[in-house]
Amino acid sequence: MSPTTRLPYLATAALSGLLFGAGLYVSQMVDPLKVLRFLDFGAIPRGGWDPSLAFVIVAAIGVMFVAVRIGGKRTAPAFDTTFHEPEFKRIDAPLVTGAVLFGIGWGMSGICPGPAISLIAFWPPDLLIFLLALFAGSYAGVLIIPSGRDRRLAVA
Amino acid sequence: MDSFSPIPALLGGALIGLASALLWLGNGRIAGISGIFGQLLPPARTVVWRLVFLGALVLGTLVAAWLFPGLGVGGPGGKPAALVSAPANWGIPTPVWLVIAGLLTGFGTKIGNGCTSGHGVCGIARLSLRSFVAVGIFFSVAIITVAVTGVAA
Repeated sequence: MSPTTRLPYLATAALSGLLFGAGLYVSQMVDPLKVLRFLDFGAIPRGGWDPSLAFVIVAAIGVMFVAVRIGGKRTAPAFDTTFHEPEFKRIDAPLVTGAVLFGIGWGMSGICPGPAISLIAFWPPDLLIFLLALFAGSYAGVLIIPSGRDRRLAVA
Repeated sequence: MDSFSPIPALLGGALIGLASALLWLGNGRIAGISGIFGQLLPPARTVVWRLVFLGALVLGTLVAAWLFPGLGVGGPGGKPAALVSAPANWGIPTPVWLVIAGLLTGFGTKIGNGCTSGHGVCGIARLSLRSFVAVGIFFSVAIITVAVTGVAA
């Protein structure tokens, strides 16, 4: 039986998802207009800028920073045999290009992938076409860029 | 500054951090939503826990909206959730605008291996150089995009 189908593993994924969704709502980052009011630096001189997003991400990083340090003292997580560190280490063209394209998309909509899923809870008009486009864009990325293992071998 | 909400922002951020900490210390997985979402696609790896996580994320949003109505969007007493309208002077219908944004977000996070959660929260906390680069770029580009399009106005 794979470790990923055992109950404690799935319960951890469920609890993590619940907390993540609650955090997106409590922080109001589920609201695309709230996110855009942070990204709108032009509003700083006008006095209408909303710095909330910075508080959200700093608090989240702070908690995760401690967790990563705790994890560093252990050989494995509680319910799997290994920590799944990202496979890539280099600053390469796909990373930079991907970040630029995501930045444009995020700036256009105020929706990054977490809130995109979280918004399903409220199902606002046009969310479905946004999600379908998100899925299609992601799949185009799979087709164009080789999957993780292939790319790592290609780089090596 | 009328919409600035530091206390809910800090509390919500701490919840997101806790969610990421739990997934890392429990299952050794990065709580990167674009990665969890994107790896449901072929060649899909382990699908079940990813579906459980994403389903729970929607449920967690609903439960929080029910417990704390009016804090964010939706829920009893809350504002109705709304996506942006395309800026009028660009002459692009809103659905087309959102499709372009969705395609760019899906494609960009796939080839860049991460979004605001994976690179922004987990990557920075892991002191990953790739994540620092990605976060610097996508925040800068998003800020420029908002300035150029006027979408927040």
